[in-house]
Amino acid sequence: MRVSVTVNGTQRQVDDVWEGESLLYVLRERMGLPGSKNACEQGECGSCTVYLDGVSVCACLVAAGQAAGRDVRTVEGLAADDGAHALREAFVEAGAVQCGFCTPGLIVAAHDLLERVPRPDDAEIREALAGNLCRCTGYEQILDAVRRAAERTVG
Amino acid sequence: MEFLRPRTWNEAVAVKAAHPEALALAGGTDVMVELNFDRTRPASLLDLTGVDDLAHWALDGDVLRLGAGVTYSRVVDELGFALPGLATASRTVGSPQIRNRGTIAGNLGSASPAGDAHPALLAAGAEVEVESVRGVRHVPVAEFFAGPKRHVLEPDELIKAILVRPASGPQEFAKIGTRNAMVIAVCSFGLALHPHARRVGTGIGSAAATPRRALDAERFVSEELDWQGRGPLPDGVARRFGELVAHAAEPIDDGRGTARYRVHALAVMARRTLGWAWAAYRKG
Repeated sequence: MRVSVTVNGTQRQVDDVWEGESLLYVLRERMGLPGSKNACEQGECGSCTVYLDGVSVCACLVAAGQAAGRDVRTVEGLAADDGAHALREAFVEAGAVQCGFCTPGLIVAAHDLLERVPRPDDAEIREALAGNLCRCTGYEQILDAVRRAAERTVG
Repeated sequence: MEFLRPRTWNEAVAVKAAHPEALALAGGTDVMVELNFDRTRPASLLDLTGVDDLAHWALDGDVLRLGAGVTYSRVVDELGFALPGLATASRTVGSPQIRNRGTIAGNLGSASPAGDAHPALLAAGAEVEVESVRGVRHVPVAEFFAGPKRHVLEPDELIKAILVRPASGPQEFAKIGTRNAMVIAVCSFGLALHPHARRVGTGIGSAAATPRRALDAERFVSEELDWQGRGPLPDGVARRFGELVAHAAEPIDDGRGTARYRVHALAVMARRTLGWAWAAYRKG
């Protein structure tokens, strides 16, 4: 089937999409947007977190056809975003990136948090990132990075 | 495979009649896992997220109509006061990404014995509004489940809404899991006080082939409580209530826990939730 969807502000159209295919597959394999990572394919790891109509979701659990006519924003679409920029810098400074596989999903999830709650407390950060697995860092540096980014963004 | 995407509810019902084999798809948090892992290959998917009307809730007289498209996140954000038990249960579902997408009606549609919404819906006495081209019917949640991952919907029926009275007293939900997030319940328990009817509602999760009420426990505790005077819990009532709740369960051993542990944990959760709810009721 044909799916038309706005991705990072650009209207995109892809053909020959299998009806049971996920949005994640379409983004990565058909649109050349590999920032959203494919790991668990069951919503457990958060590596494929994207915005769908402004709401953070696991792209692996959205059927491609459900995204038709909707607005998708991936980690690539956050490249020029000030909040995401602050997060990326803070992740690097805090040592919140080791292998880096989980980082794009965490950036989107943390971005979503800071958009809604500019000065989150630790419990709010933990809750917001509870759906994003990292097997390298042990999370402490990630929490630190989000705190740093929040301080910097709010000023 | 076909991807069916009605734009209105009437169209959805007609499409389901024409394609009774179609698998209804809402937030996708269960269905897409089945597809991604090649566990199911339905002849067609019936996507309900294009039906905008389903994503609303509203008070209809003294009953709250929760459209089938209402997500856990919206229940948490918008219905914490009206449906505190369901909101508490919704807060324990998955992660923010899952709660943003998964729906209460989808939880019913999946009909897992471990579904987090079910104990809260049972305790609150909710009904499921289902519709087909043949008409509308209301199924009490207590009669909705037919077995593990099975429900009483006919192949041409769709869940349109969940009907539930806003809380008239304290409601609690407790769940056992190995961590706070991303956990399928080892077992869970929902409790609602209905002071006007002088009745306690219960819901047991993940400790029988289906979610179920603990009827003997409800009858026992409803009669023992000092509804009028709001006095303290009589001695031994919470403990006996816990025993009766545990007695109503028929759990199995599985990867998440043993039957013995589930029975024990249910008694503890029942006792505690009753204590919390009654303390809140006494404060008024």
